[in-house]
Amino acid sequence: MRWINRRIGRSNSVLMGLMPIILLLIVYLIIAADRNAINPSEKILPLPNAMVDAMRALVFEKDALSGEYLFWSDTLASLRRLGLGLAISTLSALFVGLMLGILPPVRATFGMLVTGIAIIPPIALLPILFIVFGLGETAKVALIVIGIAPFMMRDIAGHIGSLPREQIVKAQTLGASTWQLILRVAVPQAMPRLIEAVRLSLGPAWVFLISAEAIAAEVGLGYRIFLVRRYLAMDVIIPYVAWIALLAAVIDLFLVWISRSAFGWAHGSNR
Amino acid sequence: MSAMLQLRDVSVEYGDKIVLERINLDIEDGAFVSIIGPSGAGKSSLLRVVLGQEAPTGGRILLDGQPLKPECEPDRGVVFQRYSVFPHLTVLGNTLFGFECARAPLTARLFGNRRKAAIAEAEEMLHAVGLGDSLHLYPAQMSGGMQQRLAIAQALIKRPRILLLDEPFGALDPGIRADMHKLITRLWNDYALTVIMVTHDLKEAFGLATRVLTLDKRRHDPHAPDRYGATVVFDLPLDRKRGGGSELNSESIVDGAVIDPPGITIDKTCNI
Repeated sequence: MRWINRRIGRSNSVLMGLMPIILLLIVYLIIAADRNAINPSEKILPLPNAMVDAMRALVFEKDALSGEYLFWSDTLASLRRLGLGLAISTLSALFVGLMLGILPPVRATFGMLVTGIAIIPPIALLPILFIVFGLGETAKVALIVIGIAPFMMRDIAGHIGSLPREQIVKAQTLGASTWQLILRVAVPQAMPRLIEAVRLSLGPAWVFLISAEAIAAEVGLGYRIFLVRRYLAMDVIIPYVAWIALLAAVIDLFLVWISRSAFGWAHGSNR
Repeated sequence: MSAMLQLRDVSVEYGDKIVLERINLDIEDGAFVSIIGPSGAGKSSLLRVVLGQEAPTGGRILLDGQPLKPECEPDRGVVFQRYSVFPHLTVLGNTLFGFECARAPLTARLFGNRRKAAIAEAEEMLHAVGLGDSLHLYPAQMSGGMQQRLAIAQALIKRPRILLLDEPFGALDPGIRADMHKLITRLWNDYALTVIMVTHDLKEAFGLATRVLTLDKRRHDPHAPDRYGATVVFDLPLDRKRGGGSELNSESIVDGAVIDPPGITIDKTCNI
């Protein structure tokens, strides 16, 4: 049987998916144990118990200086920045994307501008953002917005622009005004695509968040890993990275769930 | 009394390409007009200018004596071959849309008793097209034939002066197509519709219509194929009365070629 035709059952595919992950973990543990046996103060590849010890202080104990649980205040600060950045990007993408996609005069006026902004590498704008907004929260949120909003705007504009002409004509023959057409035809059909765009932007959004935190911050997941890097504290960095990955995965699953439950028609299945 | 829809010297050009030229037509109230012709003869262009989706390059179009705005309005309903229902609305939602646009300009949604009244009207129309049991399905869950039934119900809800059909049954199976022919004939009778239908199917064109128009180019310059546009080369009135049999008159067609059946007078004066 050809490999392209091999079908994998559900339970088998879970097992097969877990296999390389477990294999990597085992390889890591073997190498880490090896290095720890030679050097008891090994820092590069810490064993799990070392990670648990290091994280316990951050998760369950108040920091002596700030009086806060560092792990949780880092998580909260990063999620707040990310959430704010995603929310502003999503709303502006919906608004600008719709206007660009469905109103030819708006597309003619602003289409090139949005495309132009989307081409600029956002990190190159970071110094400007720091100069304009200072080193506070605004600059970090602004970096996320500038990084992902233009892509999302173009995606929504493209999607709305490619709605079948027949639908737009039909709506008009049913008496729809421009406003009614936007409200009842364009917005609902933009929503599943918008969620999809948020999912795709989630990765870049994390990149911009951690970059901004690495450069200038007092709290945040990105700030913490770049801070403890100075002490080669892999026992903190590795759990933090795993935590970031877990958060990203949960947000992604949550978005899929929203899209499926609220916009079942777009997923070709029964509600 | 003048005809309901009048076209006077209508022409359509795209740049140097002349698609239609000097179309003169009078379409009476209650007519069922089929438009046939080879591909590229401007059938759909003609439909688009009547619909208002495009403005004609020249000439005038009058509906009930009034010049037509080059914009789609609810007095002209349309059913396309594909994509004319909204994928994000249920059957009922698709049908209600016309009511909601007219009765709720700001929110385009109806609530409470007004919604109930609109639903009752929509359900009646959906029963008429045979979708009474599928109110809460989404278009993606329905067959092509059911989607076209929905598209027809959706258009008829607005009681359009003219119903324009652009190859509405072209993508359907032959069996389904025959059902749809019966349906459209019944609706044409029951609702006293005026229909203009573009089709590729000669049998359909002659079977359903009270009048068949053939579009083609009168002159053809092989060195400049776009120099001359198409116009109405045959205008065949059929003696099919409203309320007549809904079966297709298949004897009039032999292997797709049209022979002169009784009741058809071919206007040979406008031959090439």
